[in-house]
Amino acid sequence: MNFQAIKSIYIAEMARTKRTIFQSVISPVISTVLYFVVFGAAIGSRITEVDGVSYGAFIVPGLIMLSLMTQSLSNASFGIYFPRFTGTIFEVLSAPVSFFEITIAYVGAAATKSIVVGLIILGTANFFVDLQIQHPVFMALFFILTAVTFALLGFIIGIWADNFEKLQFVPLLIVTPLAFLGGSFYSINMLPEFWQTVTLANPVVYLISGFRWSFYGSADVSLWLSLLMTMIFLAGSLAVIHWIFKTGYRLKP
Amino acid sequence: MAPILSVRQLEKTYEGGFQALKSVSLDIQKGEVFALLGPNGAGKTTLISAICGLVKPTSGTVTVGGFDIQSDFRKARQLIGLVPQEMPTAPFEIVGDSVAFSRGLFGLRPDRSKIDAILKDLTLYEKRTSQIMALSGGMKRRLLVAKALAHEPQILFLDEPTAGVDVELRHDMWRIVGRLRDTGVTIILTTHYIEEAEEMADRVGVINKGEIILVENKTELMRKLGRKVLTLTLAEPLAEIPGSLAEFDLTLSEDKHFLTYAYDTQAERTGITSLMSALAAAGIRFQDLQTDQSSLEDIFVDLVRNGEASGL
Ligand SMILES: Nc1ncnc2c1ncn2[C@@H]1O[C@H](COP(=O)(O)OP(=O)(O)O)[C@@H](O)[C@H]1O
Ligand SMILES: [Mg+2]
Repeated sequence: MNFQAIKSIYIAEMARTKRTIFQSVISPVISTVLYFVVFGAAIGSRITEVDGVSYGAFIVPGLIMLSLMTQSLSNASFGIYFPRFTGTIFEVLSAPVSFFEITIAYVGAAATKSIVVGLIILGTANFFVDLQIQHPVFMALFFILTAVTFALLGFIIGIWADNFEKLQFVPLLIVTPLAFLGGSFYSINMLPEFWQTVTLANPVVYLISGFRWSFYGSADVSLWLSLLMTMIFLAGSLAVIHWIFKTGYRLKP
Repeated sequence: MAPILSVRQLEKTYEGGFQALKSVSLDIQKGEVFALLGPNGAGKTTLISAICGLVKPTSGTVTVGGFDIQSDFRKARQLIGLVPQEMPTAPFEIVGDSVAFSRGLFGLRPDRSKIDAILKDLTLYEKRTSQIMALSGGMKRRLLVAKALAHEPQILFLDEPTAGVDVELRHDMWRIVGRLRDTGVTIILTTHYIEEAEEMADRVGVINKGEIILVENKTELMRKLGRKVLTLTLAEPLAEIPGSLAEFDLTLSEDKHFLTYAYDTQAERTGITSLMSALAAAGIRFQDLQTDQSSLEDIFVDLVRNGEASGL
């Protein structure tokens, strides 16, 4: 293993975040807090409790998941797309670095950033509502698994995209709606039966449900199903990346 | 001595079916400066990219320092530094960090004294804390060389190091190559400027349409394929070349003061003696004479043209 190379890429990626601290950390935190204020205060005054938890507290896990997913996705996709776009990726591809190491470095950096953002949001939310974390280990597990899985997904998008539109397209048109409709702001039990069934086809439901369970002990779907789906999601992303590197797709003509 | 780089029957067909390399075989010796000469689209960049791991070869093998570039890619790549044809740089990165990054990719710790030495060597030390976008074009090019040298490679690839640069920068690059050669680094450069190959290379390979059509020691090449031109300064202007001299390949300059005669130095008879007699017989006197060796440029143009004529 070329650990030094992993470290170098990781550090360079984190340095990029530092240069763009507003865009990468402060702005997601601000927008999440806005969601929080709008949904929690405006709607929360009408819906007092969901599954025995105040609405304001109920949406916190969903909000954290939402930002974790979108942040991981955009960090990772941009992180690999940018050097492809400028051409500096040649350096990494011609160095004694394996694809596995390249993935660890880029995905690790992207996941780290979104985890930091997620933690800041968690800390901020603590000021507004009464938070309780009943199952901290599972919480950490879902937190990290989601960050890594979506960073992997973002990495794939960053390799697949050959222009900026495509880079924006998938997160905006696919992942954000899935995240919104995945129960970030509501329990799927609140939906009519038909839509409950449809919603179960949305992979994000399982992530949010499992994550929320680790806070309040109540969930839309069973914990183990949530974990299983998360793992399948993760394995799927890894398989695609394995294929990308095996075929040289978009990286090596 | 075993070659430091050995390319065997390397082929590359791009997706879409275009064959950019046709069974290329090439050996490079340690310490030499090798110029790969060829027109645009000949396959120079493809060849370098395949060796450096940026393009997947369709077939064939490449070893670097005895290590196969696929099965032993880490050891092979450790020996290689690459300065690509385009100048890809991350605009917001800091010069010094950028060199440290390159070094890190090759598994080496960011040794400040080494990095500073490389930056000084390429006269970038004053700029070490600047962002890359603040560098001039020439500095960017030098930075790319610095990055390629950051892990102290034994072989340096320079893909068209002087394409589109001004004269000063070109000579700057030549000096850098000269200094590197003195330290024992093997250098493989591509160019379509003959002048450059002539100036820097020990050996020259000519590639055209994906095929290496010739590899030759530079001086040997010039001797072998060189044509010389004899220029006679006439005592009196000549209205036209008399018919008695028609058998010679003569050209009369526009101002009618010079006669030039092209001949092959390798031919059994250069024809100079008979030309002299024929001139005397025609009563043409001259004040001075001078011979010029044809440059690599002429040789190159000849080669490529002949290649085309024979359907290569
Ligand atoms: N990624 C690619 N896909 C398809 N064709 C390519 C690709 N890269 C280069 N080529 C083609 O291969 C040929 C050789 O290109 P290249 O190696 O860049 O030549 P050179 O460096 O000698 O100018 C050209 O005809 C070019 O169009
Ligand atoms: Mg080229």
